[in-house]
This record gives sequence, C-alpha cells and structure tokens, in this order.
Amino acid sequence: MPETFPLLWRLLHWLMAAMILAMLAIGISMVASLSNYHALVNVHRPLGILILVLVAIRLLIRIFSKSPPLPRHMPRHLRFAAHASHWILYGLLFALPLVGWAMLSAAGYPIVLYGPLHLPAILPHSDQLYALLRPLHTALAFALFAVFLAHFGAALAHRFIFRDGVFESMAIGSRRKDR
Amino acid sequence: MSDNESSHPKNRYSFAGKLRPLAGIGVALGLVVAGYAWAGGFLAPGHLSQTLIVDTFQDINGVHPGFRRNHAKGVCMTGWFDSNGNGSRLSRAQIFQPGRFPVYGRFALAGGMPMATDTPASIRSLAVNFSTPNGEDWRIGTLDLPVFPFQDPQAFAAQLRTTLPDPATGKPDQARIDAFFAGNPASAKAIGIIKSRPFSSGFANASYNGLNAFLAIDDKNVATPVRWSLVAADPFEAETTPPNDPNYLFDTLIARVQEAPVEWRLVLTVGEPEDATDDATIPWPAERTRIDTGTLTVNAIEPEAPGNCRDINFDPLVLPDGIEASDDPLLSARSATYSVSFTRRAGEHKNPSEIELGTTRPAKGP
Ligand code: HEM
Ligand code: HEM
Repeated sequence: MPETFPLLWRLLHWLMAAMILAMLAIGISMVASLSNYHALVNVHRPLGILILVLVAIRLLIRIFSKSPPLPRHMPRHLRFAAHASHWILYGLLFALPLVGWAMLSAAGYPIVLYGPLHLPAILPHSDQLYALLRPLHTALAFALFAVFLAHFGAALAHRFIFRDGVFESMAIGSRRKDR
Repeated sequence: MSDNESSHPKNRYSFAGKLRPLAGIGVALGLVVAGYAWAGGFLAPGHLSQTLIVDTFQDINGVHPGFRRNHAKGVCMTGWFDSNGNGSRLSRAQIFQPGRFPVYGRFALAGGMPMATDTPASIRSLAVNFSTPNGEDWRIGTLDLPVFPFQDPQAFAAQLRTTLPDPATGKPDQARIDAFFAGNPASAKAIGIIKSRPFSSGFANASYNGLNAFLAIDDKNVATPVRWSLVAADPFEAETTPPNDPNYLFDTLIARVQEAPVEWRLVLTVGEPEDATDDATIPWPAERTRIDTGTLTVNAIEPEAPGNCRDINFDPLVLPDGIEASDDPLLSARSATYSVSFTRRAGEHKNPSEIELGTTRPAKGP
C-alpha cells in the first residue's frame, strides 16, 4: 500500500485547491464590485472551465488508481465523513462549472473563454431556465465553501489533533510518519 | 499533548483535552470566513455596488415585474448589417470583414417606467446584437445623446439619488439636484452640450452614439481607441409638438419600418492620443477621422416576447475578439449593473409591454 498519494496527484490537489479558492473569491467579489466586475468575470469563466476539465481528470485517476487507505484505527463515523465529503466535493466541482456554463447558455450570452475561443451553448435560450440556474450557481458555490471549510478543518485536525499521517499523505515536502 | 497519552492509535481520535489545537483550528476557519466576507463586500454593507444601483432604480420607479430596471419601455427589432470591410483597418473582428450579418436589437426610452409617455425630449436608445459565422456576438448600447452626463458610476448613482422624491414634499428636491451639478462640473458641462442642440422628431431619424470609448484591436494586436455611432440615413427633422398619442415615438417608428427598411451607417470615430478614453462626458473633436464601416438595416419590429430581445442582456462588454473595453470606468459598472437588472427581471412574471401592436409585417427583405 502506498503511504502517500503520488507526487503528481498531490501537485494536482494543491493546484486545484488554489484554483477553487481563487474561484470562490473571484465569484463573491465580482458580484459586489463595479470596477473589477469585468476583469474578474473574464477570469472566472475560463478558470471555472479549467476546473471542470481538471476534476474530470482527477476523478478518472481516483477511480483507476489506488489511494492510500485511511488509518486502520480511524473511527467509523470519521471514515464515513471523510468519504462522504470527498464525493460531495467531486459532485460540486462538476456541478458548479456546468451550471455556470448552462446558465450563460440559457441567458443567450456567448460563452467566451479567451479571445476568439468560446464554448457552444448547452441549453436553449430561456429566461425561465436562467432564472433557475443563476441562483443555483450561488447556492452551489456557498455549499462548496461550506464543504471546503469542513475539509480544511478536518485536514488541520488530522495534522494537529489526530496526528495520524493523513495530512502528510497529501502534503508536499513531508513524509507520512506512522499510521 | 504528549505523544505518550495518545500512544494507542485509537485514542488519537478523541478530542478530549485538546482544547488548544481545536481553538487554533476554529480561529483558522474563522479567518478564512472573514477573508471571504471581506472579499464579498459583506463588511462594508453600504458600498456602491451593482445591487445598490439597481435597488435605487427600483426605489425611484417602483418594481415593474419582468421589465428592465432602466430603458424599461421598448420594442424589439431585427435586420442585418452590411459590412463594407473598412472597419478591418482597425479591428480584426469578423464583423468588419465584408459581408452581410444578421442583427437583432431593441429601441427603447431611457428611464425605468415601462408605461412612460413618449415626449419630444425622451432620451431614445438603440441596442444591437451583431452575430458572425464564427459564433461570436457583439452587443452595443447607444443613445441619441452627443455625450453621457456622468463620468463614473459614483456620479451616476449620486445623480440618480437626487431624483428620489423628498419624503416631505413627495417631489425631488431641487436644492439637492443643484448641489449635485455644482459638485460635478463635468456633468453640468455635458448637460449643457446635450441641451445645445435639438432632439430629432423620432426613432428612425435619430442618430445614436455608443459614447463610451473602446479599443479596436487589429491583426498585429495594435489597439486604437474608438467611439461608435449609428448615423441615421433618414434626414434629421427637429422635434415638434407631439401628436396626442402616449406611444407616438414607437408608433411612428413601426409605421416607418412597415413602409420600408430603415438604415443607419455604423461609423467608428478614431481617437487620438490626447482624446480621453475614460471620460464619456467629453466629446472628441469634430475633425477626428471617421470610418464608415457599413449599413445597419432594420426591417421588422416586434413587441417584446419570450425569447426575443426581451430576454437578452445588451451588456456593453459582450465583445468579439478584436474589440476590447477601454479604461472608461462606466463600462465595467454597466456590465455589472445590467447583469443584476437582467437576473431580477428574468425570474419575474412577465407583463405585456405598452408597445403591443402585433408583429409588424417585415418590409421588403434582403
Ligand atoms: C469551480 C467553479 C466555479 C466556482 C467555485 C464559481 C463560483 C462562483 C461564485 C461564488 C459566484 C458568486 C455568486 C453570487 O454571490 O451570486 C459566481 C458567479 C458567477 N459565475 Fe461562477 N463559479 C464557478 C464556475 C463558473 C463557470 C464555469 C462559469 C461560466 C462559464 C461561471 C460563471 C459565473 C457567472 C456569469 C457568475 C455571475 C455573474 C453575475 O451574476 O453578474 N462560473 N460563481
Ligand atoms: C453607470 C452608468 C449606467 C448605468 C448604471 C446604467 C444602467 C442601465 C440599466 C440597469 C439598464 C437595463 C439593463 C437590462 O435589464 O437589460 C440599462 C439599459 C441600457 N443602457 Fe444603461 N446605464 C449606464 C450608462 C449607460 C451608457 C453610458 C449608455 C450608452 C452609451 C447606456 C445605454 C443603455 C442602453 C442602450 C440600454 C438599453 C438596452 C436595451 O434596450 O436592452 N447606459 N442601463
């Protein structure tokens, strides 16, 4: 059994973590900023689509490779929380960018990524659909933020309370000590 | 916490006696939440935002479900744009390659009242979406004004608030309005320019200006500041006493389009280095180079209805590759504000528009 996740996988984890935290910050600030709205939304669309691509790659790796097992003595309810929160994270990371893309489609906007590069619409033009999806995008983003907080709190608990090597299994530059 | 106490692996998962690390984690999470709250402006609730501007429109006009919070009274149009290729000297956008491209848009009156009465001094607007075969869209919003009365969204919002009725009198307070213009000489000057020439008598013989500066980007990535205008082909006729019809501007337009297609030239005015790109209150000198890029033809008018211009956000920053925003602070603010207005109206039950005349027959097609 591997003790840590492979390096490439850990790098991907931290890259995506940074991107997702940036996306949440960009999203929440652009809807309240007159002067930065345009610059931020122009980054928000391509970065969100990049997250969609990366999460698909990550899911494939997760399904087809073995991740280090959770420590033997970890109680049941914590294991359950760990697994459930990971799948919720995957679900949200698919749903959020897809809803973003879908809502812009329903609104009849061109979905510009960069320069002439744009995506096709994935829904017909419909104000009703847009009116459903736009608030859903916000709700999912707040849900993602909540699950991130739980994930971050759990990681710190593994590191500073449980000290069971789970934090180190995803960390870069420290070896997993014991299990 | 010594390692001895938690020597049995099972005991590690107890939180008992681990108050300090728990508190530390709590503080860390609290800091993250505070950081995001700050980023989202939650710690400065009164700051001028897109939400606040749209709320102000609603405070002034009331909420008219389904209608735009500004430019509420309008009709949809369709037509085409014949590009003559001249624009490609400045911009690599496909719309400036020679050819005919489909167009839809909206004629409207500035103001948030969907049932407003048309008057000779009503500010008219024309919003247009140009589509090109490469899948890009270009949306422009234009007004029949020579300059915009406000430099930035702060001035716009401050002026908007002066039009709120004074609770004591039920009418806007003239002293506040005067104070605004005294404190904003650029706005006072722009209003002077606007009032110095007559409005046209209708929609079809009005010329419309984009007012904000944009950057045209060519093949070699050279950026040129431009302002665009839609110059009426119909001869200018000054406003006269209006007929006794609250919708006379729209009714005259509909009749005019039924007669024959109506045309505008899409003209790019080329800015020189000394011309302000970040101040729409200042006109550019009359001698600037003007490039005639082609003809916009409007051949059908239809009332606002599901799926047509009603459900489109004419966001001025929906731009093709080859056109970019300038440093004009109005642009990002408009994009942000239109998005809030669009989102609110999209979710509301729709009421019929004042301009409900059944689809006019298209005039002779292309
Ligand atoms: C991981 C991916 C994403 C995250 C975490 C995210 C997060 C957010 C957040 C937090 C907001 C602000 C919501 C609010 O307060 O109302 C937002 C708004 C928005 N997002 Fe995303 N988003 C993601 C992906 C996307 C994608 C892929 C697109 C489009 C292609 C997109 C388009 C938008 C738009 C257009 C807005 C609102 C702009 C407005 O209403 O003016 N998002 N997003
Ligand atoms: C900060 C300044 C401005 C604010 C806050 C503002 C606000 C708005 C709002 C809320 C709408 C309704 C959007 C919708 O629901 O689709 C609107 C429409 C419009 N605005 Fe502005 N506006 C500003 C400046 C300008 C300028 C400078 C121009 C012209 C060059 C302009 C031209 C238009 C036009 C043409 C429409 C109507 C589009 C349509 O028919 O759908 N606005 N404006």
